[in-house]
Amino acid sequence: MLAYIIRRVLQMIPTLFGVMLLVFFLFSVVGGDPSLILGGKHLTEEVLNNIRSQLGLDKSLPEQFFIFVKQVFTLDFGTSWSTQQPVSSMIASRVGPSLTLTGSLLVVSLFVSIPLAAIVAYFRGGLTDRVVTIACTVAMSISALVYIVVGQYVLAYELAWFPVRGWGDSLFTNLLIYVPLPLLMGLLVSVGPDIRFYRSFFIEEMNNDYVRTARAKGLSEQKIMLKHVLRNAMIPVVTTVMMSLPFLMMGALILESFFGIPGMGNEVLLAVNKSDFPVIKAVTIYIAIATMIFNLLADLVYKLIDPRVQLK
Amino acid sequence: MNAIVEAMPGLQIETASKSLWALGWQRLKRNKVGFIALWVVVAYLLIAVGGWVNVVASHWADEVAVPYAPPSWITKGKDEQLPPSKHVAVEAGKDIQTMLASEDPIGKELAAAQKNTAKYADNSPAKRETMPFGADLRGRDVIEKTIKGTSTSIFVGIFGAILALTIGTVLGAVSGYFGGKVDDFLTWFYSIFTSVPDMLLLLSFAAVSGRGISTIIMVMAFTSWTGTYRLVRAEYMKLKNREYVQAADAIGASHARRMFVHILPNISHLLLVQFSLMTVALIKYEAILSFLGFGVGVRQVSLGSMLAESPAELVQGFWWQMVAVTIAMSVLVTAFSLLVDALRDALDPKVK
Repeated sequence: MLAYIIRRVLQMIPTLFGVMLLVFFLFSVVGGDPSLILGGKHLTEEVLNNIRSQLGLDKSLPEQFFIFVKQVFTLDFGTSWSTQQPVSSMIASRVGPSLTLTGSLLVVSLFVSIPLAAIVAYFRGGLTDRVVTIACTVAMSISALVYIVVGQYVLAYELAWFPVRGWGDSLFTNLLIYVPLPLLMGLLVSVGPDIRFYRSFFIEEMNNDYVRTARAKGLSEQKIMLKHVLRNAMIPVVTTVMMSLPFLMMGALILESFFGIPGMGNEVLLAVNKSDFPVIKAVTIYIAIATMIFNLLADLVYKLIDPRVQLK
Repeated sequence: MNAIVEAMPGLQIETASKSLWALGWQRLKRNKVGFIALWVVVAYLLIAVGGWVNVVASHWADEVAVPYAPPSWITKGKDEQLPPSKHVAVEAGKDIQTMLASEDPIGKELAAAQKNTAKYADNSPAKRETMPFGADLRGRDVIEKTIKGTSTSIFVGIFGAILALTIGTVLGAVSGYFGGKVDDFLTWFYSIFTSVPDMLLLLSFAAVSGRGISTIIMVMAFTSWTGTYRLVRAEYMKLKNREYVQAADAIGASHARRMFVHILPNISHLLLVQFSLMTVALIKYEAILSFLGFGVGVRQVSLGSMLAESPAELVQGFWWQMVAVTIAMSVLVTAFSLLVDALRDALDPKVK
């Protein structure tokens, strides 16, 4: 087990190096010279050179890459070009709102879609199944953007059940006042694909021999579904959820920008709009590291809940 | 003949066996939902091609109606929805006099200009008060705009998917066929792209490149080839040791010939499904990117850029543009998804 973890962690190093190369290539080779933008109006040769030496742009590319590698290992990405705040503290303050929104969205959507998927799978081929499947297909065909635009207009602007947009200081006010509307919109977007996805896991389990055996020995349907099928079907569900966790950090990009939530997704959009390269670089590296760690954790959890799995 | 067959159940008559594609076509025709979806998609594609060669909706940018002209089938509430005309303000209050005529520095010129207005009559056709499905802020026909936007979105989706499919297939084929060091290197390259979420990667690419249709196609292709790569690599690893490939080797076929002439046709049905899947995904991505302002340029129109206008319109009560886009996009996405499901069933070689 330990040897496996160590090997996996060692395997992350070349991948992380590759991500650094990609990010460096994008922002330092393709991205061009940012000092012309940063210099603003009335720029002189002196100002330009000053900015270039501050950003280390007067050095050669390998030297610049070495500086970037050092930044990654010290987790210090310098200061933001647009706000002059240190990037690390900026990002640290953005993680909270993102997790508040996407974390609660994940919990609520699991509690909604797993029972529904189980019910639909149980009645597969019947009317319930067909109605829910068609409803999911129709719901999935409408763009996520439409849900958000119409939801905000109808529920917040016309009916005034929720604030149109905004964010508070305490977790409590956020969860109670500002989160529900984006949460509802996120749920509407995700519940369709989720139900269809989880339904397939349940159906696969219900076709197994052990279900027939359980029926043959006279167990109640309730017991078969809850005790036998649910536990087995949860294995792929748990791994999918684990794999999606790093995306929580990133937040729901469109939801955040549309409802004015100061999270990571919103920050990335602002940074892209203002060509604030240090922020985008830092977020990309952080998310890549998180993705790799959570993929490893997903495999370990998989092993934990399913003893048949052999880690190799 | 029939008697012989009945008498000897083990005997099989040699008939010309149908190709996978012919069988697939037969099965697709039997699947009613899939067949209807196919024709809807074909209709969309025809409209899209018409849009690219400027046969359909070429006048989408003409300002033919008054701003936000409502759909003609709306009868009530027209006065509320249209901006108040000029004379309403004058009737409501008296002329607002801010300075005397003698004090007005351009008063003389204005008076002269007003006298001469009749000479320069406005010969442009009168702006229409209503449109079949309403008009947008600049008085453009929503129907033409939606057709043009759909055409742009399909263009981006299809060409993005073709490019992504090409990258993924070539890299996957090389990786799976040769294996060894080449495979290690390409798998490393693949792992880089999968360890960053799609949307973040898209935005990173968008941050360093400009705006416009060709950029957005490239950006989406560079970020979405990974699924195809994994699929093609696995297939090539499986197929490279089959007898027909060894036979091709024996008659002296080169590596490239074996890879792309002998093996590739055997996974072409998988690639078609992958292509359809990716086209739908890229159409959705394009809408999101354009909505966020990183998509098509200001002179072009796509479904996403039309949706981006809708929040401001809805608040004023002009809902028609959003409804038009939603209908166009939902029908397209649903038909494409149903077609993917039908294709997957029809082209599955295990099903007879």
